[in-house]
Amino acid sequence: MALDTAAVKRIARLARIAVPESELPHLAGEISGILKWVEQLDAVDTAGVEPMTSVVAVTLPMREDEVTDGGISEKVLANAPDPARGFFTVPKVVE
Amino acid sequence: MPSLTHLTIAGARAGLAAREFSARELAEAHVKALEEIRPLNAFITETAEQALAMARASDARLARREAGWLEGIPLAIKDLFCTDGVRTTAASRILGNFVPPYESTVTANLWRQGAVMLGKTNLDEFAMGSSNMTSAFGPVESPWRRKGDNRKLVPGGSSGGSAAAVAARAALGAIGTDTGGSIRQPGALSGIVGMKPTYGRCSRWGVVAFASSLDQPGPMTRTVRDAAIMLRAMAGHDPKDSTSVPRPVPDYEAALTGDIRGLKVGIPKEYRIDGMPAEIEALWQQGIAWMKEAGCEIRDISLPHTKYALPAYYIVAPAEASSNLARYDGVRYGLRVEGESLIDMYEKTRGAGFGAEVRRRVLIGTYVLSAGYYDAYYIKAQKVRARIAEDFEKAYREVDVILTPATPGPAFAIGEKMDDPIAMYLNDVFTVPVNLSGLPGISVPAGLTSDGLPLGLQLIGRAFDEETLLRAADVVEKAAAFKALPAMVAG
Repeated sequence: MALDTAAVKRIARLARIAVPESELPHLAGEISGILKWVEQLDAVDTAGVEPMTSVVAVTLPMREDEVTDGGISEKVLANAPDPARGFFTVPKVVE
Repeated sequence: MPSLTHLTIAGARAGLAAREFSARELAEAHVKALEEIRPLNAFITETAEQALAMARASDARLARREAGWLEGIPLAIKDLFCTDGVRTTAASRILGNFVPPYESTVTANLWRQGAVMLGKTNLDEFAMGSSNMTSAFGPVESPWRRKGDNRKLVPGGSSGGSAAAVAARAALGAIGTDTGGSIRQPGALSGIVGMKPTYGRCSRWGVVAFASSLDQPGPMTRTVRDAAIMLRAMAGHDPKDSTSVPRPVPDYEAALTGDIRGLKVGIPKEYRIDGMPAEIEALWQQGIAWMKEAGCEIRDISLPHTKYALPAYYIVAPAEASSNLARYDGVRYGLRVEGESLIDMYEKTRGAGFGAEVRRRVLIGTYVLSAGYYDAYYIKAQKVRARIAEDFEKAYREVDVILTPATPGPAFAIGEKMDDPIAMYLNDVFTVPVNLSGLPGISVPAGLTSDGLPLGLQLIGRAFDEETLLRAADVVEKAAAFKALPAMVAG
């Protein structure tokens, strides 16, 4: 499927990645090329095939629902770009 | 005494045990080697001081006869493994200043066995690439050169810095991660051994995630024996990774008996691809001859869905990546670029923080997971993936291991294949099916091209049968007797 620049812009918005207008045509070409290439999968007969969810047959382990750590807020915030008073911060979202 | 940086891990272990040299001397020799190979750009962060401190502790344990399996062995760590207090970048601007407050399980396992950290190696950004050219910290240069040609070559990728460091004799071994061939391909292109264990064999906890159903840590070494030694230390169940498997870890080194008589070796006809260089075909035939001479039974097999592995991979891996990389939002860690609103900040941060290849893959992943396209792309790819795994399952009813070339060609020049993403993706044509099926695979240096570049053979094993895989690889390695050294070697 060929994507136009408007479609790429929409996907970039969904992915929350700023893409300069000038790069949209080139990117649309590249992504369209890759999508066209993966469409060869349509030739595979997958009738009755379950989509794979795990390569190794394991049952997910269960554990007690209890707190196993905590009290490390300094470590948690150590790499935050702009922490304040023990919190992460973001630009104002409500006026 | 041979140069300390030219030893194998097994050789260094013996030398340390016999007190021929100390862990400190071994570490000092490698710290010097790190400086010598700096032009290769193999390391993002060197940790010389830490290496010397760890070596001192190793000497103390050696003196008390409390040596671990890797006591005093200097190793290089792909900069995708979180290391407590040591910057971990994933070769991305978005994590350029990230200093993890915790240690990945695999590296913690290595340190528990006495290994010494030399530094964090360069890679393709978020492990997305086959050349190490997508790193935000610049490409890694291979220590190899074509005969009579001084052009700079790639070491392969994504674990390119690890491969270059081991090949150039600046580390006795390294760890990498393999999502579509990121250990085996740079191993083959750099003339070293690269092993991807079975999915679930090594914990992924603390490894920066790319595609979680495919990622697997593994060793990169100069010999198969060294890979066996490292894997034993790295592997094991980890309650913090629910996909790590609660199985005992065997003594892989003990599996290297040199006897593979009667082993059934599958040769998949679909790996004979159009346009494959004659040298690769000849190497493959040579590998078949070696295994026959060792008493193996060679069988032609068919893995009919092989050609669909790459396109399926380029849906599944970007889909998982787009989900995993959603965490880089400029709020909790990593780069932040201020914006007028929350969404503006996300977009600017991610626009500035991700390189071109990562951006392309996140966009493709977002698209194939978006409403209306999910079934046509993602579910279809997961069904094809089931077909590919089924091919291997059927094959393993007849054979014990599968022998293939590791890559469709030798190392290429830095800057080549950058214009066409699909041409670059084709590097992994022989390695990707193994990840999609969760199987263990290993590349073994097996020969040189006419212009002097290394080529590798790949062996693929049954799930969790790394012992048979390593035993066979050890025999192939001995038959190949690969002794060539790269143009740039430390020490």
